[in-house]
Amino acid sequence: MKAAVTAVGAAAGATTTPGLAQAQEHQAIPSDLTLRVKSLESLLVEKGLVDRAALDALVDTFEHKIGPRNGARVVARAWTDPAYKQRLLADPDRAIAELGYGGQQGEHMVVVENTPTLHNMVVCTLCSCYPWPVLGLPPIWYKSAPYRSRAVIDPRGVLREFGLELPDDVEVRVWDSTAELRYLVLPERPAGTQELSEEALAALVTRDSMIGVAKVLPAKEGTRP
Amino acid sequence: MNGVHDMGGMQDFGPIRPEKNEPVFHARWEGRLQAIWSALGTWGKWNIDIGRQTRESLPAVEYLALTYHQLRYAQVVESLAASGLATRAEIENKRPAKGTQKAVPPLTAAKVAAWFANGNPKKRDVAVAAKFQAGQRVRARNINPPTHTRLPRYARGKLGIVERDHGVFVFPDTNAQGLGEKPQHVYSVRFTARELWGEQAKPRDTVVVALWDDYLESA
Repeated sequence: MKAAVTAVGAAAGATTTPGLAQAQEHQAIPSDLTLRVKSLESLLVEKGLVDRAALDALVDTFEHKIGPRNGARVVARAWTDPAYKQRLLADPDRAIAELGYGGQQGEHMVVVENTPTLHNMVVCTLCSCYPWPVLGLPPIWYKSAPYRSRAVIDPRGVLREFGLELPDDVEVRVWDSTAELRYLVLPERPAGTQELSEEALAALVTRDSMIGVAKVLPAKEGTRP
Repeated sequence: MNGVHDMGGMQDFGPIRPEKNEPVFHARWEGRLQAIWSALGTWGKWNIDIGRQTRESLPAVEYLALTYHQLRYAQVVESLAASGLATRAEIENKRPAKGTQKAVPPLTAAKVAAWFANGNPKKRDVAVAAKFQAGQRVRARNINPPTHTRLPRYARGKLGIVERDHGVFVFPDTNAQGLGEKPQHVYSVRFTARELWGEQAKPRDTVVVALWDDYLESA
């Protein structure tokens, strides 16, 4: 174990700050790891352990087939179709599959609904569990120490950092993804959107609102995560 | 294991720094590595809990200092070596050992869509009696196994209410040790924030933790 770790440690160099494995460090990616992964891939292909075209297809899946657009469609459908919403809350796996989504890291979904008196937010304090089929791979902040550590002890402080202040009479309920259940927050439909089509509604739904660190705003303001 | 990965409740890691318009991968190698990890998993040489344990067992200082994908590299190397799929020497020398027979990869491009769609369910269709019921008061056990567990430290010894029974799932503590799946019920257990953190917490706030039968006792 030690050898590999030291190797990565050396590759990472002294540029990383303990506890802050964040985007900034990504800009200082050691070129060494680029080479290491390239060599590793070649070795594994040569040994017949992985198929290069399969790797291409996997990367394509992660980058293009999954992502928060999927989850946004689920949310918009739930907002516009009460029967669908009922199915979504009662049997999320089946309801999400109705829209064509499901699979790895979304096998056992739980949908939690926000109301005027209840705000749900999702974390994985132990690692990086996240509902891939509907939200894609998690953003860096979700799998980093600051969020993982404080989401459970200071959820309101965390929400404030995301620009969301909630009154004390709203219950903040944090879901820690300790088991194989994966959570999708069903945010509140914003006021004044009665006229919008399902598609237009889906365009309002952000990734952060489905993790529960933001609300859905009535009008789209530029590009939000 | 009481490791640094068990971060819930710590306060000194600094601000959360969301990145605007974050790409799925920040460099090509991150995507290749994520794909390699998924593809290697189809050999069935390790399960998700062994994979997590491997990652958690990396030295604490490295765990905190490295980025998610840098840690993944260490996890892949450890997993290859421990499973015998590849040796450290082969990884270091960047070529297969002399006389190695070429294998046939289980995951081909044509199978990727099905691999993703089928997933890797951890629910088990076996008749195991539930030890607890919705509405029941329970206490998370005070256990400190030196091996993999999914009972976070902040919940141990705390009183909660079973909110919902999700059915029977693979138990990570044994599954990570190769000791079998020991399928048992998983519950949503709701703790008040005050039970977990004391008076500093808001009275209405709650934390729901998904916990297995073996993590709980009646209270």
